[in-house]
Amino acid sequence: MLRRSFVLGCAAAAAVIGLVQGAVPSASLAADRFITVASTTSTEDSGLFGSILPKFTAKTGIEVRVVAKGTGQAIDLAKRGDADVLFVHHKPSEEKFVAEGFSTVRKPVMYNDFVIVGPAVDPAGIKGSKDVAASLGKIAGAKAPFVSRGDDSGTHKAELALWKTASLDPAKADGGWYKSIGQGMGPTLNTAAAMNGYTLTDRGTWLNFKNRGPLTILVEGDKRLFNQYGVMLVNPAKFSHVKATDGQAFVDWLVSAEGQQAIADYKINGEQLFFPNANEPGA
Amino acid sequence: MQDFSQALAVALSMIASLDQGLMRIVGLSLQVSLTAVAAATLIGLPLGAAVAALHFPGRRALAVALNTMMGMPPVVVGLVVYLLLSRSGPFGVLGLLFTPSAMIAAQTVLIVPIIASLARQTVEDLLVEYDDLLRVTGTGPVRRLVTLLSEARWSLFTTVLAGFGRASAEVGAVMIVGGNIEHVTRVMTTAIALETSKGDLPMALGLGLVLLSLSLAINLLASMLKETTARP
Repeated sequence: MLRRSFVLGCAAAAAVIGLVQGAVPSASLAADRFITVASTTSTEDSGLFGSILPKFTAKTGIEVRVVAKGTGQAIDLAKRGDADVLFVHHKPSEEKFVAEGFSTVRKPVMYNDFVIVGPAVDPAGIKGSKDVAASLGKIAGAKAPFVSRGDDSGTHKAELALWKTASLDPAKADGGWYKSIGQGMGPTLNTAAAMNGYTLTDRGTWLNFKNRGPLTILVEGDKRLFNQYGVMLVNPAKFSHVKATDGQAFVDWLVSAEGQQAIADYKINGEQLFFPNANEPGA
Repeated sequence: MQDFSQALAVALSMIASLDQGLMRIVGLSLQVSLTAVAAATLIGLPLGAAVAALHFPGRRALAVALNTMMGMPPVVVGLVVYLLLSRSGPFGVLGLLFTPSAMIAAQTVLIVPIIASLARQTVEDLLVEYDDLLRVTGTGPVRRLVTLLSEARWSLFTTVLAGFGRASAEVGAVMIVGGNIEHVTRVMTTAIALETSKGDLPMALGLGLVLLSLSLAINLLASMLKETTARP
């Protein structure tokens, strides 16, 4: 008797699982035609993909599955063949990716810019400066807390390059006023907000970010804060499973007049986040 | 305090409106974690009972290994499963990376040690009572395990729930092998991580409350099931 009721219980549990399985439209059934795009947190967290991808899918019937990581991790993922398209923002790494044969061509897509945000009280006194190197120097001079991504992302690499232009090595102060936290843009902003610190962020993530606390934009407009995005189809000669046709369709759409317009149309509170520049030579 | 009341309001309005995006995420969370628990139960219970009740070489070592693996960080499990399922890994040809199946596999690996370890302890305790009887009746090893598991079933119920708790709460493994792809592999915990990185803390906490209520519902259902079926 006992055993029978136990069996009954197990059957009931199995039935519940079965029900759940049936109720959830299986992902593999929902979309038989899709591509996987390795991209960066800045494009996802800023809301850009949420705005432009439906337009692409409506036109082509190809679903775009975005795996959003830091640029370094996204590139590594693509190098393992786990994505069809790579869409990131660190030109030297992208050119290396192509040079190593993981893609045949890189295409520029758009740019936005980085800004230095920090507490409105601004202990380093950099507000309104257009000279990013001088501003970083002042932050270091004041030993004001600076939160670094520290995660090998495009933004992290850009930050390190900017310290170099200021002839400073913040690694020496690691653990002191310079805090390398090894996390994405959002968590880095959360941390900076919580410790009244400065940080470098892309403008898109900043505009879409809600937990700003005391933070405000202090330095912007320096040409060195320019942030270029590029897109590449992962080389199908390297990985035979890469969805070359559909992936190429996405790359072509991004740099087409239609895709470029979709990027330009994405605004938060009337402010444009990304500036298409696929046709700009050398971008 | 305002954050908490805001989060509660977000949670209630999401539940009340049966927000479609949320329902999808909740459904996938349940699908992944319940399937993982079912698989881990099928593997973990017999494994735990065997380590407790059968004599074979390496049995003690296996028990220690299972106990140790209970403390395995989800992110490490995620990384291992990722490397196995990656296109450059040994199982890459299956194309399972960034699918719910990959998430189920990772969570199963994560909770098999928990279920097996706790089951081993339960069965070991039970064996003190039953050992003589089983010896006298001279039952074979399979029969022996079935009898012990069956006798321990209500304690093992809690074991399975512990496994479910661990599976539904972890974020490290599913984030890596699932990729947190919207509509495809986004579950409750990865959605919470995403909202946190967008700085939308009330939304993140609201989702946390929804997850907690979901866990409450499952546990209530389980205890009701136990109540009704336990009556002879």
